[in-house]
Parts: sequence; structure tokens; C-alpha cells
Amino acid sequence: MKFDTARLIWIIGYLVLAPFIGGLLEGFDRKISARMQRRVGPPILQPFYDVQKLFNKQTIAVRKTQFSFLIAYMVLMIFTGAMFFGGVDLLMCFFVLSTAATFLIFAASVTNSPYSAIGAQREMIQMMTYEPAVLMTAVGFYLIRGTFDVDRIARAGSSAIVVLPGFFFAFVFILTIKMRKSPFDEAGSHHPHQELVKGITTEMGAKNLAVYTITEWYENVFLLGVVGLFIVNRNPLSYIGAIVVILLVYFLEILIDNASARVRWQTMLKMTWGVTLLTAGVNLMMLMLIYR
Amino acid sequence: MGKVKRSPWLLHYDGSSCNGCDIEVLATLTPVYDAERLGVENTGDPMQADILLITGGINEQNAPVVKQLYDQMPRPKVVVAVGICACTGGIFKDCYNIRGGVDTTIPVDIYVPGCAARPQSIIDGIIKARDLFQKRSDEHDEYEKTHHGGAGEEKING
Ligand code: SF4
Repeated sequence: MKFDTARLIWIIGYLVLAPFIGGLLEGFDRKISARMQRRVGPPILQPFYDVQKLFNKQTIAVRKTQFSFLIAYMVLMIFTGAMFFGGVDLLMCFFVLSTAATFLIFAASVTNSPYSAIGAQREMIQMMTYEPAVLMTAVGFYLIRGTFDVDRIARAGSSAIVVLPGFFFAFVFILTIKMRKSPFDEAGSHHPHQELVKGITTEMGAKNLAVYTITEWYENVFLLGVVGLFIVNRNPLSYIGAIVVILLVYFLEILIDNASARVRWQTMLKMTWGVTLLTAGVNLMMLMLIYR
Repeated sequence: MGKVKRSPWLLHYDGSSCNGCDIEVLATLTPVYDAERLGVENTGDPMQADILLITGGINEQNAPVVKQLYDQMPRPKVVVAVGICACTGGIFKDCYNIRGGVDTTIPVDIYVPGCAARPQSIIDGIIKARDLFQKRSDEHDEYEKTHHGGAGEEKING
């Protein structure tokens, strides 16, 4: 497909703004979490301070290749987001997303640290858990719009969520896994609980951890973009609606994160597949009956 | 150069303490004292830590562990001894297996006295530690600037 200037602006906007938006969202996340726990909490800009500090520290790496893997993870993740905001094939975005996640697993497993290895294994289980819902999302959009092109999906006459409520629910459900929130933060433990040390990030220090963190910000913005895709349509006002829904979803994730303890991976797998089947699956069947 | 002191991440190690000080360290992270407002994160990972916070004295068994944790932390780093046990060996000083305070094994920068050390003084210790952390980081940058050649990572001491 050919690029128009509007799409180019979207791509550049994503490349430049995503780290800031992602970092700010994380800052609000930590502040809101703190308030939910009746604490004062760190400043909103704390995630940026953290990353700045990480770049100022000495890098100790057990394996030098870890950095290359992390860079590959970052580049592919940025590529995923750029493709999405550039309006190309949604299915392709999801494939590149999975490839990026694979490089993260490589980065974690090159070090031979047992904690890192457990984190990497759990990351693979997580991928297996959320992948059906992610693919279903792409299928849902295709069924109602007859295309995988994000550009054309976004320019439809009505919001996709009207006919895809089940898919939307399934996608928001797996967002908890993708954003590494409780109860599904299997691969990397949040700071208060440490039986995994830091799981997948155990062996990442200084600039390696900084690269990882920035990549997570890019990823979160992309994922929230997919949430927004359920809302946007031809009407420019729908973009405001999309932002409102994105913020609500993000707040919901923070609430779930603070209100739940981590579950075992078996429970995560059963719950997620069950929910995917019940919501997206039933929604899919209904669509197939209607759009026949 | 960079303002690193806004983000001091702690690694808390419990030596041969009576657990009194450990409870106070955890109390500094609870809603009442909330050390996270200073950017403190209680990390369990030495590779990501900036401040090593040790409670309790050093005995023959945990000495190598403490040494290893210290070595695994990337520079610049700061060590804080919390509680009188960690400062001098305290009440356990004369036990047959106790070496004494943390400074018998690794260099200690900040001593937080008390039995148990109160959360207020622990927070005070953390604030002193993060200022020192900033100072060391500045020295680190200065060193990088004056010593060209890129191999700075291996050469820097302290
Ligand atoms: S200083 Fe006191 S409270 Fe702290 S570990 Fe020693 S004996 Fe326990």
C-alpha cells in the first residue's frame, strides 16, 4: 500500500512520543498504585529518573550477546508499533510482536542464571497463553472489515467494539499478561515479591535494563493502540473516545494489579484460554452466522 | 552528570540479625514511612541495586555471601549498615562465630545506629547514602571524561 503524509506523521509521532507516553503512564501507574495503598508514592517522572540512572551505571553482563538480543527486541518492538501506527497489516504486526518476544527470551536465557531461565520459560508459557486471544483479535477485525489493514479498519463507518465486544474483552484480559501485571506477572516479578528475584530481568543491569524498560514502554503504547483500534472510526471525535477508553482500560489494569496476588501458571493458562474461548469464541460464532 | 540520586534502588541483606532491624527496614517501605516517595525501590537483584543495606553482623558463613553480593553490584554503589549489630557486631559481638560489623568484610559508607534502628534513622541513612551515590556517580563521569580509551568499565574503583 502507498503511504500518505498523515500515516507518516503517525509513525514519526509513535517513534518520538511512545517512550514519553509509556514512561508517563508508568509514572501514573506507580503514583495511583501508591495512592491505592495509602502511600504518597514516587514522583510522576520517576520512571525517567530510573532509566536515566541506569544509563549512568557500570554495565556488568555475564554474556555480552545479551545486549545484542535486547537491541533486537527493541528494534522489532519499535518496528511492530511503527507498522501498526503506519496502518499496515494487523496480522503482520502481531507476528513481528511474537518475534520480538522471542528475542527477549533469548536475552534472558543466554546467561544461564536459574532465575533468568525460569523467567524465560514462564515467558514462553505466557506467549502460549495470550497468543490465541491476540490472533483472534486479528481474525475478528478481518471478519467485520474484510481486511487486515489497520488503516482501513480505522476508517470504517462505525466502531468495531459494537460488533466485537467479546474480542475486546478477551484482548483486555490478556493485556494483564502482556503488561506484566498481577495476577499474571509470571515471568518477571514486581518489586514487592521476589521469590523469582527479578525473573526474566534478573541478569539485566544498567543499560541493558534501561533498553528493556524503554522497549516495554513502546510495547505498552502499541498494545493500548490496539485497544484504541476497537473504538476509532471515520469520525474524528471517536479518537477522543478511544483515548478515554484506553485510559479506563489502563486504570482497570492498575486496579487488578493492586487487588490480586499472582496465580500459578496453570491457573493463568486455564483462565485465559477459558475466557478467550467464551468471549472471543462465542463472538466469533455469532459473527460467522451474521456475516455469512 | 545525570541526577542519579533520585533513583536509589536498595538491596536488603539480612546477616546474622535478630530480625528486629529487618522488620524496621520493611516498615520504612510501608505506607506510614513510604520510602518509595524518594524513588527507592526494594529490589532483590544485586545487578540492579545501587545501595546495599545490611542488617545484622557478619559470621563465618555469611561473609562470602556478603562479599559476593557486593561484587555483583555495578558501580557506583554505596553500603549502609543498619543497626548496631551491622555497625560493630552489637550484642552478638562475642559469639564464637561472629566476625563483627559489616566493615570486617566489605567497606561500609554509612552507619545507622540503633537497636533496633528506627525507620526515621533508616530513612536518614538512605538519604545520606543517595547523596553519596550521586557524588560517586559524578566522580565516575569525571573519570570517564578524563580517562579516554573506552575501557573505563574495568578500571574504575569505588
Ligand atoms: S541491632 Fe538490635 S534489633 Fe537490630 S539486629 Fe541487632 S540485636 Fe536485632
